[in-house]
Amino acid sequence: MYAIDPSRTDLVEEFRKTPVGHHSPELQKVMNLLRAERFPGKHVLICTKPFKEWRLARLSGVRGEAPEVVEGAVYTTVEEAEWAVFKIRWKAHTGEDLD
Amino acid sequence: MKKRIVGYADQISVAPGETIEFKVTADGIDLYRADIARLISCDHHPGGSGTREEVIENPVSGAYDGRWQDTYAGSYAVIDDAAPFDALESFTLQAMIWPTMPDRGRQVILGKWSEADETGYALVIDNGGALALMIGDGPGSARVVSTGLALSERIWCFAGASFDAASGMVQVYQKAMIEYALSEGTAEVEEVVAPDPPGKTAAPLMIAASCGGQARGGVIGARHYDGKIDSPRVANRALGLDEMSGLMRRPIPDELQPAIVAAWDLARGVRSTRIEDASVNNLHGRLVNLPARAMKGYNWTGAEMNWRHAPEQYGAIHFHHDDLYDAGWETDFSFTVPDGLASGVYCARLEASGEVDRIPFVVRPPRDKATNDVACLVPTASYMAYANEHVGVDSEMSEVLMGHLSGLKPEDLMLNEHREWGYSLYEVHADGSGVCYSSRLRPVLNWRPGYTIPWVGAAGTAAWQWPADIHIVAWLDAMGHGCDFITDEDLHAEGLGLLERYRCVLTGSHPEYYSTRMWDALDGYLGQGGRLMYLGGNGFYWRIAYHDTLPGVLELRRAEDGIRDWVAEPGEYYHSFSGEYGGLWRRLGRPPQGLVGVGMATQGFDISGYFRRTPGSNDPRAAFVFEGVTDEIIGDFGTVGGGAAGLELDRCDHSLGSPPHTLVLATSENLTHLYFLCPEEVNSVGPIDSARETNLARGDITFVETADGGAVFSASSISWAGSLSWNGFDNNVSKITDNVLRRFLDPAPF
Repeated sequence: MYAIDPSRTDLVEEFRKTPVGHHSPELQKVMNLLRAERFPGKHVLICTKPFKEWRLARLSGVRGEAPEVVEGAVYTTVEEAEWAVFKIRWKAHTGEDLD
Repeated sequence: MKKRIVGYADQISVAPGETIEFKVTADGIDLYRADIARLISCDHHPGGSGTREEVIENPVSGAYDGRWQDTYAGSYAVIDDAAPFDALESFTLQAMIWPTMPDRGRQVILGKWSEADETGYALVIDNGGALALMIGDGPGSARVVSTGLALSERIWCFAGASFDAASGMVQVYQKAMIEYALSEGTAEVEEVVAPDPPGKTAAPLMIAASCGGQARGGVIGARHYDGKIDSPRVANRALGLDEMSGLMRRPIPDELQPAIVAAWDLARGVRSTRIEDASVNNLHGRLVNLPARAMKGYNWTGAEMNWRHAPEQYGAIHFHHDDLYDAGWETDFSFTVPDGLASGVYCARLEASGEVDRIPFVVRPPRDKATNDVACLVPTASYMAYANEHVGVDSEMSEVLMGHLSGLKPEDLMLNEHREWGYSLYEVHADGSGVCYSSRLRPVLNWRPGYTIPWVGAAGTAAWQWPADIHIVAWLDAMGHGCDFITDEDLHAEGLGLLERYRCVLTGSHPEYYSTRMWDALDGYLGQGGRLMYLGGNGFYWRIAYHDTLPGVLELRRAEDGIRDWVAEPGEYYHSFSGEYGGLWRRLGRPPQGLVGVGMATQGFDISGYFRRTPGSNDPRAAFVFEGVTDEIIGDFGTVGGGAAGLELDRCDHSLGSPPHTLVLATSENLTHLYFLCPEEVNSVGPIDSARETNLARGDITFVETADGGAVFSASSISWAGSLSWNGFDNNVSKITDNVLRRFLDPAPF
């Protein structure tokens, strides 16, 4: 089973530049882990203004339960939102904070 | 953040002179405004064509009272003739059951039980998951006699219970058909409950639910059962265990005949909503909310896969507490299409407190004629397949494939909280079994112009299906092309005669689901000089079946192969609506390559690529396509993933039936590592499965001439339509599409 090497900050930078789109094979392995975040607590975005504003929320995985909105987490670009969630998940897997 | 007002219509396609009814529900909204509007454009993308709609002056326009309308999900059977069951003093209730959620709390298998009065009798699964008989004669009087042995999920089990009025004795018996070495499958209990025999109730006898009251003139189900039921029976005395077994035999032994009140044979009338009592008493019933039929029964041997060939082995119905066919809402207003109103895509536009909901419908031309040379065949079967899909909320792993965070919209939030509005053909019921029926007689929240789907495009910013097809509508308007609009339902009902009025037919962006009649009509059209512009990807993929008599519902069996979000059970590959074998058209011997020159190859949902012209684009046969286009790269822009080659793409493949003279005009490039070959392209496991490793994961734009001077142009990509509006419709995707349409309207044969 693949494990993330916390020293691979090059992959962090690659993601930060292109959160959605072409990724190197190594970054793809990282993303396969991070995007496979499980219920409960899986992160999701709620669009509050089309193409302009998103809020962070977490899913329980129980049908019918409303996503739990993360207070204060509001983004104006997709890149910003992806990066915020990437940092949370990176920390969960490696124990390391990212700037 | 969530949506608060929604509605649906009773029809999907109406002609001038016909009336369509709208049903609205509002959550905390006292007053809303309604108008009928023609939709020209509805795209919130910063590079898109914006929102344009034209309100039609008519009597609908005005203010309406908002109200909440309940929806009662859950399937069951009702036997309307209650008298024989009222008359019972002693009785036996029994069935073969295959419970799928035995630990979900009390569920009624078979009985006559009023929840409000707590009166009647019913064979149930109790709160501990065990079989029980419930008897009651008023509030607080319910007695539940249980075996105490929890039923095993998805194991056929005999379930029987009796009550003897003279002695007050209750007997309950369960026996699993599979006996495991270390788990108990058989239990029997006897208990005297006298002097409290069941009370009389106006509730009808029901299968798979109790009576939760009345609404809109009918019974509401409660305590729904999840799972299969086969061979339910009611007898007029307390039978012994041997006699209960005897009632399962076919034919039922003569000595037991006098005891029978009803013995339903659920294998009869599979294509209907009727259940038949095989006894002389004719206590037939009707099904509500479309439980799954043509389901293999407890006695299925595996020797026969077709329910029509061995009906005696397909006597099961699979009930779900989250089945829904018709929400049954009352009509709030209706619209009679005035004579002369142009064919187009329209909506009932509801507005309240700054929120807008648009209930879509199509105004087709008068039923006996065309009003333009070109028709857009709106892929409504595919809309219904995706209707109320919850993947953005319910799927834990889809983000890995999509390559971006799921992005929920107000529609998703409202839908998530109202599971009673049912599911799409891409999901499983709460019990894990596939959703094989989908109806439009319910609010369908992802069938909304301007909506973007959570799992397509970064943060779910891409249009999909109907919202994406509005791109084609906007383009037709911008380019000045008059067009008639017809739907899959029209095509299924009317066949080739509908298409042959047109010189050219356009598809939507993702016409994935086709009934046999729809396919045959299109094939016939192309066989007599018709011209088809297939402006999408992954078309003509699954066979579906419409119902013979019920409007607005279709069936899908996800059989054998293909991209399957659930998998049909072995032995359940044949549609109940039609009797036809289900699955991919490719698996049915009709690959789409034989119809339109291309067929499904790959899908990905992060970003879109573009097309690069191939040498075939310089063939004189295709000169008209590229007139005025000098670019080598086609569609490196767009509102859906940023390119015209994206989401799902089709490839030319002569081995699968692409005609030998098919011209490949351009092929996709720049697809990411998340574009994977579809499973039917992969016969064994291996690491070469994405566009990063194999050129088979690609899309090909093709042109092919057909019989009698006809032709097909295939864009072969779902995101093609999302590029049409770029730069004010002045771009090479728009130009190519326009070139093709103009030539296709020219009667000169190819």
